[in-house]
Amino acid sequence: MFSDLLGIAPQVLFGQLLLGLINGSFYAVLSLGLAVIFGLLNIVNFAHGALYMLGAFAAWLLGKYLHIDYWGALILAPLIVGFIGVLLDRFLLRRLAGVDHLYGLLLTFGLAMLIEGLFVKMFGASGQPFAAPKALNGGVNLGFMFLPYYRAWVVVASLVVCAVTWYVFERTKIGAYLRAGTENPKLLQAFGVNVPLLTTLAYGYGVALAAFAGVLAAPITQVNPLMGSNLIIVVFAVVVIGGMGSIMGAIVTGLSMGVVEGLTKVFWPEASSTIIFIVMAIVLVLRPAGLFGRTN
Amino acid sequence: MKKYLAYALLLTLLLVAPLLFYPVLLMKVLCFALFASAFNLILGYGGLLSFGHAAFFGGAAYVTGHAIKTWGLPTELGILTGTVAAMVLGLLVGVLAIRRQGIYFAMITLALAQMVYFVFIRSGFTGGENGLQGIPRGTFLGLVDLSNDRAMYYFVLGVCLIGFGVIARAVHSPFGQVLRAIRDNEPRATSLGYNIDRYKLLAFVISATIAGLAGATKSVVFQLASLTDAHWHMSGEVVLMTLLGGLGTIFGPAVGAAIIVTLQNTLSSGPLGAWVTVIMGLIFIICVLAFRKGIVGELQAALRKSFN
Repeated sequence: MFSDLLGIAPQVLFGQLLLGLINGSFYAVLSLGLAVIFGLLNIVNFAHGALYMLGAFAAWLLGKYLHIDYWGALILAPLIVGFIGVLLDRFLLRRLAGVDHLYGLLLTFGLAMLIEGLFVKMFGASGQPFAAPKALNGGVNLGFMFLPYYRAWVVVASLVVCAVTWYVFERTKIGAYLRAGTENPKLLQAFGVNVPLLTTLAYGYGVALAAFAGVLAAPITQVNPLMGSNLIIVVFAVVVIGGMGSIMGAIVTGLSMGVVEGLTKVFWPEASSTIIFIVMAIVLVLRPAGLFGRTN
Repeated sequence: MKKYLAYALLLTLLLVAPLLFYPVLLMKVLCFALFASAFNLILGYGGLLSFGHAAFFGGAAYVTGHAIKTWGLPTELGILTGTVAAMVLGLLVGVLAIRRQGIYFAMITLALAQMVYFVFIRSGFTGGENGLQGIPRGTFLGLVDLSNDRAMYYFVLGVCLIGFGVIARAVHSPFGQVLRAIRDNEPRATSLGYNIDRYKLLAFVISATIAGLAGATKSVVFQLASLTDAHWHMSGEVVLMTLLGGLGTIFGPAVGAAIIVTLQNTLSSGPLGAWVTVIMGLIFIICVLAFRKGIVGELQAALRKSFN
């Protein structure tokens, strides 16, 4: 086989590809949330990684104290964290309206420190195991590789969420409002749309997306207070590569960067932790606005 | 006249300080004050939020440590080598980062610094998780033994005063004026015929170089260069120091650095040691929400009000 020619067993190659696709799903869902938030609030949400972690912890706590299973947590955790997001927007981010956008980044950075610091204090820096649902235990042998059901589910679920978000934004009335709010909030307000409410909902939704990714990740990475702190920087690089202009751009860039990272692990393992940053540097040289971005 | 008197008083205070306080803590404050002031040059005066300054601080610390420990360079040359390394790194990062503005600039500097961090983890000369330990302090010009804390303090004070001098000179020069013009209104500065990218890049490189000088000096003081110095938490810390002290004020960052370093030192030995990150996060949030001018900025505003 051709992959054998390159001296790499197909199991290794496809295994890393799947792993890349999973990471790519997380990048896609997280950068999608960042793009939604940035569109309406003009804020880069540095707390995104912390809220992703909060989603995983919400699922873990729900299971531990209320005996809610994985499926219930997959719905409830994003709702809870999304509600926390709504509160954060109402009571903190709202106060920064009309101030330089950089302060939004700084405020959410402080929030991330606060949340992660609190959770390290309460739960320690080591991870809590989180079991995948029984229905998704085991896997299937595809001949060229072994596919664990849970990992396949992560990719499918992420893709569905991305597709739904894309549909809502591009094909529905509320999506039209949201896009109008991105383009020109003042004009939209003049048409009688409640823009502050729309903004709050957008923040809540973006945050809920992060929490959803957190619950999906919990059985794979364990539930750890710092699980989002390095991830968010990679997602920032993904966002720079794709540009925050479009929903589809965020999804495509996220997935493909995951795959690129997976392939790098096979062919050039030393660079696997830096490859996305290298791609970012190349994109900045060749196409500073990002692959899907518009200038300004 | 009053101004010179104030400077003389400040200098006297700095000279007698090691008699009153623990010199190692003072040296730490000085290094971070220089780091924050360097950072302030690019954020406070250039309006560019760099979230990657730890790469220059930590990178210079590693290079200096390596130069002194392995190559056997004298202390002054070691610090110089680290500073030049930070300058080169600043040029590379700056060239890429100034291609975008505002929020993207912050994300790009953060991502590039993270890349540098991963390179440090992987390369052998940094000692990985252990860092570079036992860097000899050496002597100053072969004459003064720097293993003595007081001697070291005056050496650090000298180095930092040079750094502060460079920053103050840059801020109060025509270059600094143009930089502020760009910060306040980029299109206007462009239309006046300034090549804004060149100004931004120069400001970024100066800032990175001085940040490197601070990191290099710190590695000699503590005889240690570690991953902590290069981690993005460090980049966040320097933002906090600058913000707390006062963005775009000459003395603000130094005041912020003194407060944060002292606070961390006090907290880490007390019962609140585990809460340091939480407290830093809280200060951050309060600063952004209620206190955007910072301590020195608010004081200046209050003074101005009382004169009018």
